[in-house]
Amino acid sequence: MVGQITLKSHRFRAEREQSWRELETILKAIEGRGMKSLSDDQIVALPRLYRSTLSSLSVARATSLDQGVIVYLESLSARAYYILYGSQVSLGKRISTFFLRDWPLAAKALWKETAISAALTLLAAVLAFILVKNNPDWFYTFMPDSMAEGRTPAASAETLRETLYHEGGSDGLGIFASFLFSHNSKVAMFAFALGFAFCIPTAILLLYNGFILGSFIAIFSEKSLGFEVGGWLIIHGATEIFAIILAGAAGMHIGKAVAFPGELTRTESASQAGGTASLLMAGVVIMLFFAGLLEGFGRQLVTNDLVRYGIGLGTLLIWLLYFYGPRRIEDEL
Amino acid sequence: MAGVISQRRVDQRRLITPEGIDLQVQLADIGARIGAYVIDQIIINVGLIAAFFIIIFGGISAGPEVAITVFILINFFVRNFYYMFFEMGPKAATPGKRMSKIRVASRTQARLTANAVFARNAMREIEINLPLSFLFMSGDAVDSWISLLGLLWSGIFLFFPLFNKDRLRAGDLIAGTWVVRAPKPILAKDLASEKADLDSAYVFTPEQVEAYGVHELHVLENVIRANEQQTVMDVAERIRNKIDWSKGMSEVDLDFLKAYYAALRGRLETRLLFGVRRKDKFDKT
Repeated sequence: MVGQITLKSHRFRAEREQSWRELETILKAIEGRGMKSLSDDQIVALPRLYRSTLSSLSVARATSLDQGVIVYLESLSARAYYILYGSQVSLGKRISTFFLRDWPLAAKALWKETAISAALTLLAAVLAFILVKNNPDWFYTFMPDSMAEGRTPAASAETLRETLYHEGGSDGLGIFASFLFSHNSKVAMFAFALGFAFCIPTAILLLYNGFILGSFIAIFSEKSLGFEVGGWLIIHGATEIFAIILAGAAGMHIGKAVAFPGELTRTESASQAGGTASLLMAGVVIMLFFAGLLEGFGRQLVTNDLVRYGIGLGTLLIWLLYFYGPRRIEDEL
Repeated sequence: MAGVISQRRVDQRRLITPEGIDLQVQLADIGARIGAYVIDQIIINVGLIAAFFIIIFGGISAGPEVAITVFILINFFVRNFYYMFFEMGPKAATPGKRMSKIRVASRTQARLTANAVFARNAMREIEINLPLSFLFMSGDAVDSWISLLGLLWSGIFLFFPLFNKDRLRAGDLIAGTWVVRAPKPILAKDLASEKADLDSAYVFTPEQVEAYGVHELHVLENVIRANEQQTVMDVAERIRNKIDWSKGMSEVDLDFLKAYYAALRGRLETRLLFGVRRKDKFDKT
């Protein structure tokens, strides 16, 4: 006798099934060919269908014991949810917001970490400079052979001068390409990525980078090429070393959030910090590209020391103004 | 069958929409993640090898150095932006993830942003490429103890997803994302709709439909959908014993199960409407 009554849940399904199918068709169109493939009617219908499917889901959970329907509605609603509440900003808009607002604001927000990471680099550079000046043997401790490329304390002043103005015959594009895999962009990547382990590896990397920088300058200044090596470094280094410092700051920001999460759980805290830090890191990648161009082409074409200083300090000023200069506070987008 | 249900429960996570409904997303399992990764790597590498030959043969006139430089640039862009490009799209999944029916999603209610996708993929470098480079590093370049320590250190990242309950990569942790299942939903036929022509043959007494609860109903649903002869026979036998049902002359096991399923569901749903959800057969409410 129980079996003769038509099930309420079955009637419920029969009545609603049409609208679920409709939503499914629209979702398929969006996932396949994008929002633009929808007709006006479909666009109007989408939010209505989404809400009615969600309400079907809660009714089904409360009254139906048909697993098939519940599983179907869950995954249909989730699909619709991801599309409706997914990223809707167009790529162009996204990019322009990044340059106008997100990147400089992220850099500004992390000014404390940036200051610490700059201080670490500077400290290590000064220390290495003094050490190498007093005893050139220290150079071999700091500098890996693969990077020195003959620029050691044993090299003559002439050889060293040569390296500052001639790049061994390869063309700009080649230098640019090899730069992408170079030591410095790896240091930047790792400084960010390893920050996660309570900042310690990041700090070590920054110190290490500073040591290399300091000992490098020291051997040139030993041969009284200090001014010249400054120009050689600063033309791209202003951008590149700044980028590494910012990458270190981004890494430390995450490390700090993991070590001292405050009220949040460690996971929540890490992902919150990750938002700002990864924005800054996206900017760092762009800076490294820019530095690569400067190193590949700028340093080839410009061999005058003063112009090199001019370009280097000019770019540094532009970065500083861009990041920390006063800007209009805009409304939330 | 019961295994399927409990696995769903282990993988289930809350996702509350702004409308206040818990969508109960399912985490992607490790196998699907590895599968997706392997497929993506194959696509990337086959693509790069093809690009290599095209550039080498096409660009030979411009000089081999230029050709190789161009290839190095392409290599850099493809390796770094393949994941980001696809995961920023509407499906939030690379081709490999699509084939494994999984996708990237935000862990919170907030939408999945381009920044999050960037962060989760920037970490890929230390999680996978670093361990690999330690593995292939030659013995004399670096002290082997240091490279062993490095390998251990990066191994921590590599196996990170196995040691946390949400199967997060380190990149997911930082980006606030996770990887969830994204199956194409298929609306299965309602089993209760097939019983119309069986009604006259199977009439159960109220005591008989009181025998089981929701859990058993779902197991029964799975049994009927899977329709494996031996299981159907065993289950039908067990139910007949439990409810004292004498098997008729021309009674087909599957038909019996379907009829009993419909009757049981009707009974349990009626009670559900009165606010009583009987969990399983041991539940005496």
